Amino acid sequence: MADTILRVLLVDDEAPARRRLRDLLDDCGAAFPITVVGEAQHGREALDLLQSAPADLVLTDIHMPDMDGIELARHLLKLAHPPVVIFTTAFHEHAVAAFEVNAIDYLMKPVRVQRLLGALQKVPRLKPVSSERLLQLPASARRYLSVTERSRVVLVPLEDIVYLKAELKYITIRTSQREYLLEESLTKLESEFGSRFVRVHRNCLVARDFIRGFERRVNDDGDSHWEVLLNGVAETLPVSRRQQFVVRDVGRETAA
Amino acid sequence: MQSIIRQNGHRPALPDFRNLGTILRILVAVNAGALLYALARESRPGGFFGELSTAVAVVEPYLFLVLAILWLASPRLLRLPYMTGIALVLLTTVLAGVILFEAQRRVLPAPSSASLLLWIVWALVAACVLLFYFQLRARALSPAIVEARLQALQARIRPHFLFNSINAVLSLVRKEPKRAEIALQDMADLFRVLMRDNRDLAPLKDELELCRQYLELEQLRLGERLKIDWNLKSMPGDALVPPLVLQPLLENAVYHGIEPSSEPGVVSVNVFLTRGEVHAILKNPYRKMGGRHHAGNKMALANVKERLALHFDAEASLDSRVTKDGYEVHIRLPYRTADPDAVDATQKAAAQTPVRSRRSGSETSRRASGVFAVQVGHG
Repeated sequence: MADTILRVLLVDDEAPARRRLRDLLDDCGAAFPITVVGEAQHGREALDLLQSAPADLVLTDIHMPDMDGIELARHLLKLAHPPVVIFTTAFHEHAVAAFEVNAIDYLMKPVRVQRLLGALQKVPRLKPVSSERLLQLPASARRYLSVTERSRVVLVPLEDIVYLKAELKYITIRTSQREYLLEESLTKLESEFGSRFVRVHRNCLVARDFIRGFERRVNDDGDSHWEVLLNGVAETLPVSRRQQFVVRDVGRETAA
Repeated sequence: MQSIIRQNGHRPALPDFRNLGTILRILVAVNAGALLYALARESRPGGFFGELSTAVAVVEPYLFLVLAILWLASPRLLRLPYMTGIALVLLTTVLAGVILFEAQRRVLPAPSSASLLLWIVWALVAACVLLFYFQLRARALSPAIVEARLQALQARIRPHFLFNSINAVLSLVRKEPKRAEIALQDMADLFRVLMRDNRDLAPLKDELELCRQYLELEQLRLGERLKIDWNLKSMPGDALVPPLVLQPLLENAVYHGIEPSSEPGVVSVNVFLTRGEVHAILKNPYRKMGGRHHAGNKMALANVKERLALHFDAEASLDSRVTKDGYEVHIRLPYRTADPDAVDATQKAAAQTPVRSRRSGSETSRRASGVFAVQVGHG
């Protein structure tokens, strides 16, 4: 049993739902030392709050604007000391089955105080859910990629990304502002965000929205290849021989 | 009890000859018949057009005369037993043929009497085929009404909404018990309507009261994020509409237009009457989002569309489109009101076939139309 006070962050886009959880946590207070470190309306706000006010437990709704609960849980894993996450959900037939299968903790809204107390008592023994198990949940694609910089989690909005390029150990995320280093697999990113990016090379995914055009370049040996021209960044990227068909496919879409 | 009897009690019935859909179907079928007849007689282009114009010169006046008589007689015909009705329709067809033939003989130089027989035989064939077709159609549609009702029951309210609303009411119980009471009363009214038999038309003002209660519950949850712009000044409150024609669309508006964003958004409801039609325009902000949101939307739209078609056939429509500032649903339906004296007849007719019942309802109701539009959009 924890002899310290359990720090809790509440995340829900509906104010009444947060208020209800606060009331219930007050009720648990007698049996279990708790402090609510903050309330957030969606995942992004929760991540911001956690940078300055660490918590041991995050109680989060699943269905929220801007960043949903499942994406939040994935980004939280980048923290040096990730909090335990317990999901709260009003109704989510499919998700609930997936939660059961992957032994991920969740509470059904309306939450009963006994159930909440039971969950709180388990927290000190719980480990954060692994990213593999989170991936098993029927979630929609993330809206942000997250990287750790000087022990802070930095979110890169997906719509800002010009290209993703695999280099030795890392993936470089390029936005029109700067670059970030990410530790993930390019293949998995491609399958998660399939329609948004197009693979122009074995090591490179380019955001369709940023493709300005293609240009034929003659190499020193007399052969030629295509280069992708990009909006927002000056550099160009080579299209590999195997991926040459994208020049025609993307070109057609842009023309249409 | 009533609903059980109705579900099993499909009896054959004449189509409503005042229904635009019925009339169109007859016009199209008979003219196609005339075309085929001309083609069969003469397939060379020159001769074909001659045959066609001869046939049309006979068919059109004949057809319009029969349709006019049936239009006038329709309310009475619908109240008669099916077989009597059939006999009267066929008799009308024969008599109209004789009258027209006589009239034409006086004007034009004598056509042979064989052609009178020919007219009437073809007309009777057409009448029988069409009556058979309408009979089949009524039979096909009748289970569809039951099906549509079931569908409506299941697809109408998202469980998500029910549980979130209960949760929101729970959050009020301790500190604002009065608001909790009102919210629970709204929920009771909403679910009473959701759970009853909703096959009969109901006044538009009831539907809008339901919408108001529904949106109050949503506002309880969503607070400032949901803004509603009502525009009901020229709404015909007495217009009869299928129950739950607007509420599911508003639910969509909130679910797709408001919930996905933390920014406030406006749902606007504009209901008005113009040129005998009721229009409802609903607008909400349009959020471009991943796939999971959009499947549900199509289902609710299809559901409302199907119910409109079952009640009003070609006289109602539902269109949805993405506009510059949001998503918009536009419903148009005929303006019908309940005539208190006619309620009995309407209900009797309703017990026979769904399509016809809506029609005979119209006989006793003032005909005009109004339009509904529901819009949901970003604020």
